[in-house]
Amino acid sequence: MFEYAPAPESRSVVEIASSYGLFIDGSFDGGKDGNVFKTVNPATEEVLAEVTSAGSEDVDRAVAAARRAFGPWSALPGGERAKYLFRIARIIQERSRELAVLESLDNGKPIKESRDVDLPLVAAHFFYYAGWADKLAYAGFGPDPQPLGVAAQVIPWNFPLLMLAWKVAPALATGNTVVLKPAETTPLSALFFADVCRQAELPAGVVNIVTGAGDTGAYLVAHPDVDKVAFTGSTEVGRAIARTVSGTGKRLTLELGGKAANIVFDDAPIDQAVEGIVNGIFFNQGHVCCAGSRLLVQESIADELLASLKRRMATLRVGDPLDKNTDIGAINSAAQLARIKELSEIGSEEGAERWSPECSLPDRGFWFAPTIFTGVTQAHRIAREEIFGPVLSVLTFRTPDEAVAKANNTPYGLSAGIWTEKGSRILAVADQLRAGVVWANTFNKFDPASPFGGYKESGYGREGGRHGLEAYLA
Amino acid sequence: MPKASKVVETATRLTVRKTYKLYIGGKFPRSESGRTFVADGDNVALASRKDARDAVLAARAAQPKWAGATAYNRGQVLYRIAEMLEARRAEFTALGVPADEVDAAIDRWVWYAGWSDKIAQVAGGANPVAGPFFNISAPEPTGVVAVIAPASLLGLVSVIAPAIVTGNTTVLLAAGPQVAITLAEVLATSDVPGGVVNLLTGRYAETAPWLASHDDVNALDLTGVDHPDLAAELERAAAGTLKRVLRPRAATDFTADPGLRPMTALLETKTVWHPKGY
Repeated sequence: MFEYAPAPESRSVVEIASSYGLFIDGSFDGGKDGNVFKTVNPATEEVLAEVTSAGSEDVDRAVAAARRAFGPWSALPGGERAKYLFRIARIIQERSRELAVLESLDNGKPIKESRDVDLPLVAAHFFYYAGWADKLAYAGFGPDPQPLGVAAQVIPWNFPLLMLAWKVAPALATGNTVVLKPAETTPLSALFFADVCRQAELPAGVVNIVTGAGDTGAYLVAHPDVDKVAFTGSTEVGRAIARTVSGTGKRLTLELGGKAANIVFDDAPIDQAVEGIVNGIFFNQGHVCCAGSRLLVQESIADELLASLKRRMATLRVGDPLDKNTDIGAINSAAQLARIKELSEIGSEEGAERWSPECSLPDRGFWFAPTIFTGVTQAHRIAREEIFGPVLSVLTFRTPDEAVAKANNTPYGLSAGIWTEKGSRILAVADQLRAGVVWANTFNKFDPASPFGGYKESGYGREGGRHGLEAYLA
Repeated sequence: MPKASKVVETATRLTVRKTYKLYIGGKFPRSESGRTFVADGDNVALASRKDARDAVLAARAAQPKWAGATAYNRGQVLYRIAEMLEARRAEFTALGVPADEVDAAIDRWVWYAGWSDKIAQVAGGANPVAGPFFNISAPEPTGVVAVIAPASLLGLVSVIAPAIVTGNTTVLLAAGPQVAITLAEVLATSDVPGGVVNLLTGRYAETAPWLASHDDVNALDLTGVDHPDLAAELERAAAGTLKRVLRPRAATDFTADPGLRPMTALLETKTVWHPKGY
């Protein structure tokens, strides 16, 4: 096997300021209580910037700005709102190299993914929803659908800019204004997006960005002058938000955790299935709510498939996220690394067999080698709990009914995978799976035209497509 | 509403009164608690927490088969309900339901019957994704829906029909017990499989929180809740299991066109991807 020469992307394409304020009412300013926190590059633990921690007064100001902007913004003809969104989409395309590098620096994801997956999808979401802004009467929600008002949006650290696009684009297209809180470990691309809004000359107050941790988010979603709450993150936090919002009349959509079953039948094309399994669990370091974290293999091909999977995993390159050849980057934070390690230890203790390919990990930063557990049963915690890391649990089954029963044996219901050459089996199994997205002979595909969201405790509502508009319309 | 006189005064015979029981799993049991309460002169069953759990079990057991029935078949069953309601209209007018409300309730069953094989096309379809993929979204039932139901016949029909037409099964807490149980008799004789609709009569404040927090209930329809504190309490209880909640609408006008929302609020969207190529 030949070695790859290092192929690092230059980080000089993007300027990172030493400190950032909050983006409220069209301009950056410092927080009222002066609290700041640092965001680090998870690959090196280098401090990238100091970011303002928004307190209650700051959130009040941001909500007030969004409220002031709501009247004129919602009164704007849809075609004019569309043009702002088209502008934003174009600017994102033009500046996508800067944004991809920034995203990889702050998040730890490989540049190959931020450049080829995140950024094209971010631009595509703004383009897609731009086109809806002047066609809302045709969207199937009645002849004169109305915006809700001020949307509080809280997003996670796994796809910082993409989750922003999923939330901001439909909210603005439908005439709402937003206050968005990015995750505390990945605030930089959202702050960069604030600059994109300015460049697009978006009216002040339509988009406001408040940075901070859980307290800031909790205050924002509980704010009495917010009409709509949209959250993507853990099921635990989602539950807490649902409690907070109950009885207030606020509209709520939640995109929460998952424990997706990736089902491989004995007639599946093995090589394609292995690629799909790898993509399903090791894409974005496994920091994906819809990751295929439970592999269900038909017993008769389990040995052959696992041998092939291990061979393939041995070729995965773990390391510098800015290297264009890197497949698996850094774990986003020390806290997340600790959780992955803890659950993996539990997996071993509970009797599952752990395996990782030989790979040397960098000395500094947060790293975890791609890992699989075999001999996993449904009772094991690694088969029940979301690990949110590059850790795959392998279970087996004998009949399609058993596969369906095991796949559905989870409180989650976000996504699932089916691998078989038999079309009728794909359709029959897809029908029975309780999951919002089913990938057959593929995995982890996303598109702005395609609704995404979960059944059961994976949350409610859909993002993307015509369905995604409903969350922002009365 | 006041009941028309049920006791016909004759010299020769006394009217045989009806015992109003619960409707669970296609049967009419008394409350396991043995309790009753008096409503408009009749003793009616006072449902307990255990009755609610039994009803959820019955609804869960019936759900896969009902959802697995063809849309055409479900439409036929709903239309049959309209036929049976038409045939039994005198029973409802005797309970004090105005004739035009019975008409409206019958017509609502007919309206929803027609939706069974149309909603998937209106609420789903092919998605034009940017790549060589077949990508299609289809609505699917949420599962078991608990309904805190309004008292009137039209109100009851307006919450049951949109829930079951798409393949959900239901557990209802019904005010206006005589009307509700008489409607259950219509359902029981209308080819509706046992367990698809389960009806409990009793006190909302006593049983509703158990349904709202029940792990095996997927959605909660609060249309019949008219007290905001109870609505908030039930929403909070539902948050624990991340149930879908259909909130009470202020002064719902059941005579108006319901639109799609009563149906779509109780549906999930499933999107299936498959590569396209040779």
